[in-house]
Amino acid sequence: MRLIIPLAITFTAGIVMILNFFIPHQPFRFLGENLQEWYMIVASGAIFLGVMNLMHVHTRKIRLKLKNWKYSPVTIIGFLVMFVTGLIYGVTENLPFDYLFMNMVAPMGATMFSLLAFFVASAAFRAFRASNWRATLLLTSAFLVMLGQVPIGAMLWDKIPLAKVWLMSIPNVAGQRAVMIGAAMGVVSTSLRMIFGIERSWLGGAD
Amino acid sequence: MADIFEKLGNLDRRIIFVLIALAVIIPIIFEIVFPNPVGAEPSRDLFDYVDALPAGSNVLLSFDYDPSTMPELQPMAEALVRHLFEKDLNVVGMALWPQGASLGQDAMSSMADSLGKVQFEDWCNLGYKTGGGVMIVRLGTSMSAVFPTDRDNVPWSEIPMLRGITNLESFSLIISLSAGDPGIIAWVMMAGDRFGVPIGGGCTAVSAPTLYTYLQTGQMVGLLGGLKGAADYETLVGIEGGQAVKGMAPQSVAHIVIMLFIIIGNVAYFTRKKKGGAK
Repeated sequence: MRLIIPLAITFTAGIVMILNFFIPHQPFRFLGENLQEWYMIVASGAIFLGVMNLMHVHTRKIRLKLKNWKYSPVTIIGFLVMFVTGLIYGVTENLPFDYLFMNMVAPMGATMFSLLAFFVASAAFRAFRASNWRATLLLTSAFLVMLGQVPIGAMLWDKIPLAKVWLMSIPNVAGQRAVMIGAAMGVVSTSLRMIFGIERSWLGGAD
Repeated sequence: MADIFEKLGNLDRRIIFVLIALAVIIPIIFEIVFPNPVGAEPSRDLFDYVDALPAGSNVLLSFDYDPSTMPELQPMAEALVRHLFEKDLNVVGMALWPQGASLGQDAMSSMADSLGKVQFEDWCNLGYKTGGGVMIVRLGTSMSAVFPTDRDNVPWSEIPMLRGITNLESFSLIISLSAGDPGIIAWVMMAGDRFGVPIGGGCTAVSAPTLYTYLQTGQMVGLLGGLKGAADYETLVGIEGGQAVKGMAPQSVAHIVIMLFIIIGNVAYFTRKKKGGAK
């Protein structure tokens, strides 16, 4: 039963959604809309699972004094403060939850992402080498795009932004589209394999 | 000379970090602003499309990002909201990312205050819902089924500007400001291709190359790529001293510094290679 029930649910849901796409009329429309709402409810449930997992991982880390456990109380306190203020005051503007979000969460999040510039510079310095003609081509393209993406490129030579737009619109699109079409065909084949029960790895070893 | 380049090739990365920090900090301290000419770029296409919409049209603005990408996407949000308000368009905000709803609220309420726009009459924020692409498909058949209330729990039926809106086809344009998945691609596939609603977007610079494919096919009407896209939109809208335009000088200098490091690294590599040391 552990195998048959999930396979039957997957088959039914998958077939209903395919039929709903090609035949957007009753009863498939009703079934499709209901499944879409069910998906949103299940996805909301996943947020609670995530919260439980977060608490479990960090309380365990503190209890066993695992590596970097000292950061875990900060995580738990941060979570609880946001959770409680959100419950009491809601997300309305200028109330404590919104104040904490705009003045703590937002600047800290932006700061973390901005660190990327330092690592990109360091990695580019160590790894970006014109070691063969293909790497040289990539390097030249990168230089043109980097210059075309900022006003200083146009100040150096007004054709640089045009070169950037050409690189992004023609060679880049050709490569991206090839990758996307390949990936899309992979998604279609994997989805069909899952719907018909051929691909079962997602069952987590229940087969 | 060769020895100098060899030594430079083994530069401590802390020196790189300091130089990058200086490249960003100095233009900010001295308030250096570079002129930002806008050429025939996808950012102009989006501006022209919004500019041509008749007053009173409904526009859905989806804030699909979080604070980590806020430096690039929040200036876009503010410039777009300002343009939409100035054109007297009805702006309905929502988010596919949980934290996007608060960032969207901040952008819309601050612009509404300065331009005298009224919440629930000229704009509203429906907030965040889970589900990504599947949720978008459901919006295509019924928006009030997905959002029975707005972000502040005001019922759909009590919001005057939503009375004429039933599903995604009620919108003249959907704009997604996206930092990843779910984001622009989900909107293009689920709303644009399936329900025929025009899609515009703004994204981080790193994700722009993927989205150029949708511009060429006409599946998107325009795109703001990274801080440059935001600066372009600020310039086109006519915002004086906008955050993105101000950010162009530090970004320009940082790009130049990174390029110099790449050149130094390559010179050091070829110097070593000449000596037979590099692989």
